[in-house]
Amino acid sequence: MNKAAIDNQETFVLNLGPQHPATHGVLRVKLTMDGEYIVHAEPVLGYIHRMHEKMAENRTWAQYMPNTGRMDYLSALSYNHGYAAVVERAMGIEVPERAEYLRVITVELNRISSHLVWFGAFILDLGGFTPLLYAFDDREKILDLLESVTGSRLTYCYFRFGGVYNDIDENFVDGTREFIKTMRKSIPMYHDLVTKNIILMKRLNDIGPISKETIRKYGATGPVARGSGIDYDVRKNEPYSIYPEFDFDVPVYHEGDSMARYMVRMDEIEQSMRIIEQALDKLPDGPVMVAKAPKIIKPPKGDYYQAVEAARGSFGIRMVSDGTNKAYRLKLRSPTFSNLSLFSEACEGMLLPDALALMGSLDLVIPEIDR
Amino acid sequence: MGAYFKEIFTGTKSLFVGLGITIKQMLTVKVVTEQYPHEAPRMKARFRGHIELNPNEDGGTKCIVCGMCQRSCPSGCITVQGEKREGVKGKVLTKYQLDFTKCSLCGICVESCRPGAIRFSKDYNLASTRKEDYVFDLLKRLEEMNK
Amino acid sequence: MDSELIRVIAFLVGIIAFAALNAAYLVWLERKGAAHIQRRIGPKEVGPFGLLQPMVDGLKLMSKQILIPDGVDPILFRLAPILAMIPAIMSFVTIPFSETLAARNLNIGLLMIFAFASVNVLALLLGGWASNNKYALISAVRSVSQNVAYEIPMLVTVITMVMITGTLNLNEIVAQQPNISQWYIFRFSASPLMPVAFFILFICSLAETNRAPFDLGEAESELVAGYHTEYSSMGFGLFFMGEYANIVIGCSLSVILFLGGWQDPFGLFPGVWWFLIKLYLLIFTVIWIRWTYPRTQIYGLLNLSWKILIPISMFNLLLTAGFLKVF
Repeated sequence: MNKAAIDNQETFVLNLGPQHPATHGVLRVKLTMDGEYIVHAEPVLGYIHRMHEKMAENRTWAQYMPNTGRMDYLSALSYNHGYAAVVERAMGIEVPERAEYLRVITVELNRISSHLVWFGAFILDLGGFTPLLYAFDDREKILDLLESVTGSRLTYCYFRFGGVYNDIDENFVDGTREFIKTMRKSIPMYHDLVTKNIILMKRLNDIGPISKETIRKYGATGPVARGSGIDYDVRKNEPYSIYPEFDFDVPVYHEGDSMARYMVRMDEIEQSMRIIEQALDKLPDGPVMVAKAPKIIKPPKGDYYQAVEAARGSFGIRMVSDGTNKAYRLKLRSPTFSNLSLFSEACEGMLLPDALALMGSLDLVIPEIDR
Repeated sequence: MGAYFKEIFTGTKSLFVGLGITIKQMLTVKVVTEQYPHEAPRMKARFRGHIELNPNEDGGTKCIVCGMCQRSCPSGCITVQGEKREGVKGKVLTKYQLDFTKCSLCGICVESCRPGAIRFSKDYNLASTRKEDYVFDLLKRLEEMNK
Repeated sequence: MDSELIRVIAFLVGIIAFAALNAAYLVWLERKGAAHIQRRIGPKEVGPFGLLQPMVDGLKLMSKQILIPDGVDPILFRLAPILAMIPAIMSFVTIPFSETLAARNLNIGLLMIFAFASVNVLALLLGGWASNNKYALISAVRSVSQNVAYEIPMLVTVITMVMITGTLNLNEIVAQQPNISQWYIFRFSASPLMPVAFFILFICSLAETNRAPFDLGEAESELVAGYHTEYSSMGFGLFFMGEYANIVIGCSLSVILFLGGWQDPFGLFPGVWWFLIKLYLLIFTVIWIRWTYPRTQIYGLLNLSWKILIPISMFNLLLTAGFLKVF
């Protein structure tokens, strides 16, 4: 179909332009189509390139922390965590235990809120308008909780080198437990309304299969990889912070279609809630900031790397320091960039709405790709 | 053949279950939106509005014009000026200007202020049509607060 | 003045007013229904409970500039919205609102409604073709294939009903269902699959009017807005009103054929109110369905029609024929 069509010049180029309701952010995809089938897809990036990596060379280490919250605004705390962890590893700062627990609790809450946004937006792309609002209602509770601790609702700047900025109080603990109870009642409702719905099952089952080889070739991580049977989670395979102390599963599905990626994320919400419950039970007392917080941050010369599990995959930071108070080079490994790279290979020969369902299941946040 | 009928049956059942969920939400769940102009929301204690000067007991400012906030701001939006007056120990603040068009509400200025002279305000109704409205003169704001 | 002429004019004004008011206030009902399903309140500022909202929306639509793009077919472009609205209004002529309230008591009333429903397909195609827009044409062509596929089970079900009622006159069909046990949806002596026939007719009327979950043609079809992309102001308004008028026609057809029309469940005091109650319950169900389900895919939609609805309705037809012969 493809070769004959291209040779006969029967294809036309369709531009899924930067402004589009289905691509979440400014993504441009040049599609070569043969009728309704896609022959070739080429994502064109760079419409929201904000030069975060260059900004790191012009700001001191502490001044760069707000930038990390703006890259992937939906799961900003994971990015805060990655940056704080790599600088702490370079300088040898040890974070007090209570701060580590607070970090894990807030990061997992952020992960749940990111997955709720993905869930709502994905079903919105497929034409169901209501689950978006139910998901956002649940997400409001998380945002209120995190606002009472950090002061922001979306782009958090809460972690510091050596701990966190503010302590939590009893209201937060009670509110979080209340939220977990409500969420545990909502998730079966989502499964009844959305997952088991015959229309949705027809739209997601066996649509957009991605094989293991494709994932290995492009280096995709996160729920995209776990939906195709690759059991890799940075929290288990390269443990950091205090994740080894918690007992949680990593959901892995082997079919590789959009439904598998969907189910991985829904199960991850439940696992995050398990982590939060265990952390709240074990929360120790103590300081939230290391006792002798260094006033001037000047990591010793060298090359350091830290990977964390963000909501979209493995986010890596590589910092090269030359001993001054500004970075020499900061490289951000964006998980969504690798996830999007496999789109052009995976969507050949698909119908256009199916390709958009595939794009939705990859959970793209374009500002993170363009940094 | 059997799978065909089974799929029709489970599919139809799932459709009715979905309808049941939405009608239950419609009839039993209360409205969760805030009706904004009629009921204004109350901000939480740690809400990050733009910064403002923290008054001391006399209504004046605790600022010692050290310039830490100006130096530590990643976006360069704070301008602090002070002068030395006779009879007064230390510098006196004469101008504190915040260019809110560049501020990213990171809070590094609040954190780095040793005397605790600045704090977050709870203002959120800041819509305007002119850029000049966003250059806040915080000393003037402090005086208006004291009245 | 002839009393016949007065009657015709009164009905004309009445029907156009009913169609127009329905089109306007069904929008209000949809927005309110959608809002309460989604845990929020819909329009509430304009008038009490937002009841004046459709009026101001209509004023806004009328005050917009009518943009005619370059290169469109001049006659067809202007004809398509009119063709979308007229069949719906015409079909109201035969619908019996109560025993005496029917504009014309035609002996072929049912056939006339289906004849006009087919013209609706033509309006979509003309709208897509005349727009000189690649994407409008693609989605118009999809809508045509969807409409054709769903007319077949609808007609087969109606043939089944005609076998039972023996007449195409809508007023007589309602008169044959005096109380709830006689309503055709419960007429198991004619065929045990009567409720299934009702559902098939309901689903087909959803698909005929391009209504969610079958709204590939219009609602953000992942690409553009479908066959009415290039229309602005009252052109779009007419398509919109035509869609809601078609919903009213489809639902009133289901009410008349299966649910007893203007008859009440006990056979004591029939009247126009029963018809309106049943009609609006069905319309609320149409709105309820829109906000619950996601959209089907084009091949899922066609599979549903050709592989599921047509075999079942054909089987029902043969079963009914058999039962009527035997019992």
